[in-house]
Amino acid sequence: MKPKATLFIQCIVDSVFPKVGQSMVRVLDRLGVSMNYPSDQTCCGQPAFNSGYRGEARGAAKRFIEIFEDAETIVCPSGSCVSMVRNHYSDLFENDHRWLERARHVAGKTFEFSEFLVDILKVENVGASFEKRVTYHDSCHLMRGIGVSRQPRTLIANVNGVDFVEMHDADRCCGFGGAFSFKYPDISTAMLEDKVRNIEASGAGVVVGCDMGCLMNIQGMLNRKNANIKTMHIAELLDHETQS
Amino acid sequence: MKPNPEQYTATARTAVADPVLQKALAGLQDRFGRGTALAYQQLPEGPDLRHVAHDIRMDAIQHLDSLLDELAGNFRKNGGQVYFAQDAKDAVAYCLKVAQENNVKRVVKGKSMVTEEIRLNDALDDAGIEALETDLGEYIIQLANEGPSHLIAPAVHKSKEDVGRLFTEKLGIDYTDDPPSLTRVARKALREKFLAADMGLSGCNLACAETGHITTVSNEGNIRMASTLPRIHMVFMGMERIAARLQDLDILLRLLCRGAAAQKLGTYVSHISGPASPDNLDGPEQLHLVILDNGRSKMLADPDFREMLCCIRCAACLNVCPVYGKIGGHSYGFAYSGPVGAVVTPLLIGINRAADLCQGETLCGACQNACPVNIDIPRMLLLLRAKLADGDEKWQVSRRSSLEKAAYQFWARIMQNRRTYDLAVDAAQLLQRFLPTNRGMLRFLPPPFNGWTKSRDMQPLAAETFAQWWKANQKGDAHGKR
Repeated sequence: MKPKATLFIQCIVDSVFPKVGQSMVRVLDRLGVSMNYPSDQTCCGQPAFNSGYRGEARGAAKRFIEIFEDAETIVCPSGSCVSMVRNHYSDLFENDHRWLERARHVAGKTFEFSEFLVDILKVENVGASFEKRVTYHDSCHLMRGIGVSRQPRTLIANVNGVDFVEMHDADRCCGFGGAFSFKYPDISTAMLEDKVRNIEASGAGVVVGCDMGCLMNIQGMLNRKNANIKTMHIAELLDHETQS
Repeated sequence: MKPNPEQYTATARTAVADPVLQKALAGLQDRFGRGTALAYQQLPEGPDLRHVAHDIRMDAIQHLDSLLDELAGNFRKNGGQVYFAQDAKDAVAYCLKVAQENNVKRVVKGKSMVTEEIRLNDALDDAGIEALETDLGEYIIQLANEGPSHLIAPAVHKSKEDVGRLFTEKLGIDYTDDPPSLTRVARKALREKFLAADMGLSGCNLACAETGHITTVSNEGNIRMASTLPRIHMVFMGMERIAARLQDLDILLRLLCRGAAAQKLGTYVSHISGPASPDNLDGPEQLHLVILDNGRSKMLADPDFREMLCCIRCAACLNVCPVYGKIGGHSYGFAYSGPVGAVVTPLLIGINRAADLCQGETLCGACQNACPVNIDIPRMLLLLRAKLADGDEKWQVSRRSSLEKAAYQFWARIMQNRRTYDLAVDAAQLLQRFLPTNRGMLRFLPPPFNGWTKSRDMQPLAAETFAQWWKANQKGDAHGKR
């Protein structure tokens, strides 16, 4: 039987980085995954939740649950959004047993893209090629929130021709933090400068990650500095020059 | 030092631009952050002992009332005196009373963050009593008239050149920046003070209810001298710093030393159970234990924040926090800095006053992983933000920003419907055409997002959303199945 995935394309990929979603679709398609995309989805509620607006986040969460609860498996190209659904929906509904039950049900079948490939599909090599030196940034909610760090590394290391190097402090926060990035720009910038310095020191031409929030932050400074280093979501890397 | 968490953003801005501080903080985190993670791995019981310790701490906090009774009873049985202080004023008054009754003129102090919290030094100074810090780092910042910038390494913000200049000015020595020479100078000055002191003050790393004793840890031996040489020893402890049984204390002590300095055990660990007696000639004539509430009961009463009382103030979270690693301890504007400060300070001195402390963090979670008792600090930061977002009667919090509230209400309405979401994306696409670009990215964003473009460009919205692409490209049936 063909594996199934219901696509959860978070707002930032939908509106700013749709190519990431397209790459994910192509990679899953090649692996024989049958996909559907609920077209009325918007946002999981994380921006409001992280800023303390729980009532507003709860509205978005209920909507998300209603849209996705009948899915068999939900796959999302973001560790942060999956962490929201998996770890924090229960905070939103702690006083509402009926919704809590539904939230837990959805949380149990929501997976981040690289986690879905390695842990669910048991795929460690998708047959992609990429002849460049690549480093990897651990996003905080992906790594510490849902414990995913081995899976993306395995997938990257198995890309044909890739020269995978670890940067110093790969698991240290890049300074994004959602609203933090523009509410506390001086602190955020100082943190990001460290991250960019470590990326540059790795000698990589491409920094790969699993969360567009962090990558947008890193890319923003690389571009401002006119640096010759690109950011790439892991779906884009795995979609690169795939051998048939 | 007066609390000033309101200055968080301004102090942080100065800190990130200070190369000496940046170097010191990076060195501290490189050494201790990594060392502590390794030390947990090497625990005989394995790193999961942190979870055991969390349960031990939570259990003690849930039974705090009876454990404190037990501690006080046993401490008195051992010949010590116990005072329960309601707040800072009460604790300070007790200390001054004992000092005055015993004609105390000179006090030596071991490092104690609780006495920083209640600003005891200022009070002793006002009463004409000389209070001298004897931890080398605390001694340095006392000479410089500054507050601690780290729970364990209070003078981490000072370079050896800073200390050289400070000692030249305050102690009249010839300038040197050689750490052993500077330490010798401090040692000599402090020795004389130890021998002349009438009273020693110390903190308490842990107290044990079962035995009625307190435990202190230091790496300089100064606490041992402050607690044994003067005729009176007064211990200050936060009321949460208690282990029910000796076997609990053993586990917590081993984790504390690993969390604080990546050590298996601190160099000087003292278990102090009572004053000198006819059978036991060592120790001071009087031993006082001041157990401080000062807002902790309120934390205990709230199940949301009770977990914060598990904290044993080891500073492991400071040694990994990427925000602390940039802004240093003074930005937090209170005795407690770093992730622990970001939660404890708002709860102790006011959530509105210290709003920036809990909002100026990225929720990266490194603190929880480093915590020897696995406290879920991000969870509590999120709860504090919720109180600031909507106000809270119990904690007397007023809504921080009606404008921001309105913005998120607007956001919520947009997100409730795919059509309004698409309209919002369309509108933003139109507006972004008027913004300046750099190499294909936006170089300037309007307020409130302009903080982003101070140092970064922003990827513009795509011409086509993923949803539009999917609709145009789907090959499957009407339900979108491929």
